[in-house]
Amino acid sequence: MIPISHSPTEISLVLCGEAGQGIQTIETILTNVLKLHGYHIFATKEYMSRIRGGSNSTEICVASNRVASYVDRIDILIPLDKPAIDHLKHRISPKTIILGDQEQLATDLPIIDIPLTKIATALGNHIFTNIVAVSVLSGLFQIDLEMLQNYLASYFANKNREIVEKNLAAAHQGYQIAQELISSGSINIQIPQNPNIGPEIIINGADAVALGAIAGGCNFVASYPMSPSTGVFTYLAQYAPEFGILVEQAEDEISAINMGLGAWYAGARAMVTTSGGGFDLMTEGLSLAGITETPMVILLAQRPGPATGLPTRTEQGDLELALYSGHGEFPRIILTPGSLSEAFSLTQKAFRFADEFQVPVFIMADQYLLDSFYNVSESDLNPSPVHSCIIETSDNYQRYELTSDGISPRGIPGFGTGLVGLDSDEHDPAGHITEDPEMRIQMVDKRLKKLESIRNAVIPPEFSGSQDYQTLVIGWGSTYHTIKEAFAILNCKRAAFLHLKQVYPLPKELASYLKTADKTVIVENNATGQLAKLIKQETGVEIGHRILKYDGFPFSVEELANKLSKIL
Amino acid sequence: MDKAVFKIENQDIAWCPGCGNYGILNILQQALAELNIGPESLVMVSGIGQAAKIPHYLRTNFFNGLHGRALPPATAIKAANPSLTVIAESGDGDMYGEGGNHFLHTIRRNPDIVNIVHNNMIYGLTKGQASPTSQLGLTTPVQTRGVINEPFNPLAVAIAMNASFVARCYVGDSVQTVEILKKAITHKGYALVDIFQPCVSFNKVNTYQWFKEHTYYLDNTHDTGNRVAAFAKAIETDNMPLGIFYENSKTTFEENTGVYRNDQRPLFRRELDVSKLTAAINAKKM
Repeated sequence: MIPISHSPTEISLVLCGEAGQGIQTIETILTNVLKLHGYHIFATKEYMSRIRGGSNSTEICVASNRVASYVDRIDILIPLDKPAIDHLKHRISPKTIILGDQEQLATDLPIIDIPLTKIATALGNHIFTNIVAVSVLSGLFQIDLEMLQNYLASYFANKNREIVEKNLAAAHQGYQIAQELISSGSINIQIPQNPNIGPEIIINGADAVALGAIAGGCNFVASYPMSPSTGVFTYLAQYAPEFGILVEQAEDEISAINMGLGAWYAGARAMVTTSGGGFDLMTEGLSLAGITETPMVILLAQRPGPATGLPTRTEQGDLELALYSGHGEFPRIILTPGSLSEAFSLTQKAFRFADEFQVPVFIMADQYLLDSFYNVSESDLNPSPVHSCIIETSDNYQRYELTSDGISPRGIPGFGTGLVGLDSDEHDPAGHITEDPEMRIQMVDKRLKKLESIRNAVIPPEFSGSQDYQTLVIGWGSTYHTIKEAFAILNCKRAAFLHLKQVYPLPKELASYLKTADKTVIVENNATGQLAKLIKQETGVEIGHRILKYDGFPFSVEELANKLSKIL
Repeated sequence: MDKAVFKIENQDIAWCPGCGNYGILNILQQALAELNIGPESLVMVSGIGQAAKIPHYLRTNFFNGLHGRALPPATAIKAANPSLTVIAESGDGDMYGEGGNHFLHTIRRNPDIVNIVHNNMIYGLTKGQASPTSQLGLTTPVQTRGVINEPFNPLAVAIAMNASFVARCYVGDSVQTVEILKKAITHKGYALVDIFQPCVSFNKVNTYQWFKEHTYYLDNTHDTGNRVAAFAKAIETDNMPLGIFYENSKTTFEENTGVYRNDQRPLFRRELDVSKLTAAINAKKM
């Protein structure tokens, strides 16, 4: 038996090929059959901004215990073409087992030769290569062949019978190769299964945000496609017929957010999905949401900028964009989910916050969070009934009535006997234009006063680690699982991790957490430590150590553990 | 209905004495009153500019948004609650310049809204620069040697894009304009009503007199169902036709989205069925 993992309970598989070779199909099928077989799985992909060619890869971690983070280590690699090996060479170690077509790969690295292409070609099409690869891996994990074939039959249910038969034949042959590899002693994978995992749900961050939006009562989406936000837009479009969601692809992001605002004004619950460059176009509309106190939910799916940057890669580089965008001064809320469960619950919450406080609410995600899959239990996606804050108006209704907390009851046109006026100019309580300096001050104060109520409702951070900590590590958003897993490896006795689920306004508890620490560390997937700057501004505390990454990739567990070990 | 229902007491109007906007305000109130459309069921949506201030001078629901951006919220308001009458109203600079892209795509969507454009061929609020419809050669403090860009032809563009209702009016003729506007409001689908009006402060060329002399009404022989004939009329620029150029009956954006196929209630009347969402989540277990 070849020792294939640093951890006897976890194996990392990587498949790599050019765009168009079906990496996505492999990822979907493998994660599902492995889960059904009783393994926890985590899958994340990295891809180039092209439709054909290049090198795209997916990493699938298979484990006895929950896994949810990217690792650099590759235990088993299946390169589907020659460039794949070069693309991943920095992650291949002497312990990496490479399975593939010796002839096609033409490499000096030791390869376990499996005739992927030959089998596929014999079946009549190169396209079957991915199913052969899936089946070899399924066989190595000793997944029941019948279960695999049943899954494939349902996966390809929409294809014609010949295609289905050929895929099943490809599966059979791949499976046989795995049996030979096992019986010859080339590979022997023994990681314990957990039968309770079978009924769990595999979703990715994009689906979790989309389901959270539905749970929040979302019934209107206007967006312009842009990676990595498009997945959420697509999922919502697919759920639309069942849940009565009006989905419109706008001509540009300017139109998208203005439609969203019109929809909220008329009583809908709207969301826009975009990425940094698209959001730049929305900032005028954000400012409109600010002065008109119209609720808005914005998914800001980050990728590396400036401008087009690295279109398919990941970064946490737009926190300051969310914080400071839109001219003028007005309150906002920024939520930063770090797990699939939070992607669901915080998106649901975003609608509640937007409706209640009548402010724009951001859900800050990124390519890594949105494109990563893992299994979650049903209780991680727990919808609760939607409560709408809309009131029925009466005759003398005034949309911007001055109240003690700055929040005016929100009426909509056509519901009640009152009239609802909204203006982008400074306005009086009835929404009509004013240039009266006294009224201006009252309205600015009214809008800013809402921040007090917002602060009292801030979602608390998640604390983990030693209560008696000397070092406090702080992260936000998608770094959550990676920091947790790095902590698990390091087994630090006097360190703690604080994960922020909301970064604006910052939670009140943050100051006391910081005060207790002798040493503070921030982990951010950006170049300038944007949260560290915000913390300094809001609490006066200068974060002592910054672990930053901005090459377009997420932190890996090993990399982060290594960097943390030098500080802790 | 008496048009006095739209009156707002003690208002401080920002328009110049003699401005064509007064006539349009009066015409609009008259048309709405004759159609029995009251303030509660109407939403006026506008952008920025002198024309865009019209919702402040007419008692009703209003969404006075950003420059050039009246059409996207108007589309969404109608889609979120189709029982509302929605009118998007602004000037030529707002609708055809800053909002040009939205103008094109709103025609494609065909929401059941009326789009009234005050066309005075000049920018008023910013004090007299060229607008997209300014005529070649018109001198302004910015276009000092005269306008050099081809004027935008909104009617020809709308007809080319197969808009569902395309009309042009002249504010100086309130009787005809009220009638055309009523037809636009009752028409099902997107209705463009471009209204010629003079800017008495900043456009000394295209005056009341000038519009009177350079326009004529389409007669009974014009077939509003004939797109090619409508286009031919739209590109006449020496003497410009007034009236309904083109009518084309088609399904609306609200209908096409499918949201009202099995449920007529506006979106705000609907509630999420949590058990349905739970079932959708459970269905992912495979």
